[in-house]
Amino acid sequence: MRSFARIAASFALRFFKYVNTASSKEPVVQLEQVRFAYGEREILRGVDLTVHRGQLVAIMGGSGSGKTTLLRLIGGQLRANAGRVTVAGQDLSRLSTSALYALRRRMGMLFQFGALFTDMSVLDNVAFPLREHTDLPAEIVRDLVLMKLHAVGLRGAAGLMPSELSGGMARRVALARAVALDPLLVLYDEPFAGLDPISLGVTGQLIRRLNDALGAASIMVTHDVQVSLGLVDYVYFVSDGVIVARGTPDEIRASADPFVHQFVHAEPDGPVPFHYPAPPLASLIEGATA
Amino acid sequence: MNAFGELLRKIGALTIDGIWRLGFASRFFVAVLRYSGQSFRRLPLTIREIYFSGVLSLLIILVSGLFVGMVLGLQGYDILQRFGSSDALGIMVALSLLRELGPVVAGLLFASRAGSAVTAEIGLMKTTEQLQAMDMMAVNPVARVVAPRFWGGVISMPLLAAMFSAMGIFGGWLIGVVAIGVDDGAFWSQMSASVDFRYDVVNGVVKSFVFGVAVSLIAVFEGYDCQPTAEGVSRAITRTVVSSALVILALDFVLTSFMFRGL
Repeated sequence: MRSFARIAASFALRFFKYVNTASSKEPVVQLEQVRFAYGEREILRGVDLTVHRGQLVAIMGGSGSGKTTLLRLIGGQLRANAGRVTVAGQDLSRLSTSALYALRRRMGMLFQFGALFTDMSVLDNVAFPLREHTDLPAEIVRDLVLMKLHAVGLRGAAGLMPSELSGGMARRVALARAVALDPLLVLYDEPFAGLDPISLGVTGQLIRRLNDALGAASIMVTHDVQVSLGLVDYVYFVSDGVIVARGTPDEIRASADPFVHQFVHAEPDGPVPFHYPAPPLASLIEGATA
Repeated sequence: MNAFGELLRKIGALTIDGIWRLGFASRFFVAVLRYSGQSFRRLPLTIREIYFSGVLSLLIILVSGLFVGMVLGLQGYDILQRFGSSDALGIMVALSLLRELGPVVAGLLFASRAGSAVTAEIGLMKTTEQLQAMDMMAVNPVARVVAPRFWGGVISMPLLAAMFSAMGIFGGWLIGVVAIGVDDGAFWSQMSASVDFRYDVVNGVVKSFVFGVAVSLIAVFEGYDCQPTAEGVSRAITRTVVSSALVILALDFVLTSFMFRGL
């Protein structure tokens, strides 16, 4: 009876938090003139980005353009050299480790290859954040985990080990784990990498459905243009450390920006050249004959 | 001159890198101690690591202890019988094992068996982003992954060294008394009369505890600090085994010179 009261109180608190945050016009994530460098190498040069509750936002760009760095800054794994990163109204540069951990309890993250704990079953993986951060009785945790697994279509795989899962299944289990605590913000790092078309479609639909069901804000770093444009609400294009284009999927498709055009239509040559910089061939031939 | 300059530059870079890693290892050790309370509050995690580091190392420790004791029995008898002191075989076997061979050889075996496994496990967790995932779930990986493995090793090591010594003494008895025919009563009575609990046994336990701290710290640090690639993990495992062996032998000399002052 006491545990039931505790669960009811926990859900009431969550509902209150939800109503409270949902009514707020404040963005969940806001980056203002953010700069970041690894030593001398500058990765981000004055990035502005805003994500509101209920939005699913994609960050796109070529390899090494700074997308993953952007995600790590939002997750608090890296600290900006200049500018401001705000999540749920809190400036990340001012947070202590314990305050950052408190904020991360309201975040979920899906890693590129799932990052499931290999020594735990599927059920234990999804239960991990619940066991670490709540005092819920074991039966309730089990029920909640089965509900999350049911949402990603893997309730029947609860007893399997990660080594027994396919790439797509592992990604879905990781997705269930990422949303186990009903987060305010979910970060996705290349969620479609290495998936077959069916798994890719399933994962994409799950990301959209879970975002809408949770009323959360989601940020997805991805290369997969066609799937993403059919899924997200807003897109930011990053190139060479700056946002070169932004807009709704329709605006992006119609964009005249040469970089966006090359990226969206997968053209081999354009602002991102096909050839790595090298001296002209003619100079090599002249050098050889001289 | 250029080659000499290059050599100096390399030596300088290696020295700075070494000092930097030592500093990082010291800060890491402080962090492990700081978060140890959390790992003890979740006792099943530490017990699980005692099982993996201790119980699963038992076979290699017991078999090695038996063979080392049997060799000591053979060599000891060969030397002692030249002076007509073969009855002192029990003392020789027991003191060799309790003071030196037990802690040192058990430490070397522990580093090879359990230390390398801990480094590989933490290194692979880092490579597959499991540590990063834990951190993003607001769970400190040092408290959840590193500290239980560290304490699992520290608790296991003295127990394994004691098992090694006990098995070695049994091996010495098997060869000396059963196979060669040294007097059974003399073997045990001389041993019990000459082995001092504090001077020999406790000092041996202290040594094995210190070796346990050193090996466990090296193992968890190398895993946590490795390059997150297959080659990086492989190098980290090699460094764990090599560094642990050198540190055990160096610490053994330092501890012995403090503990046994009859020089």
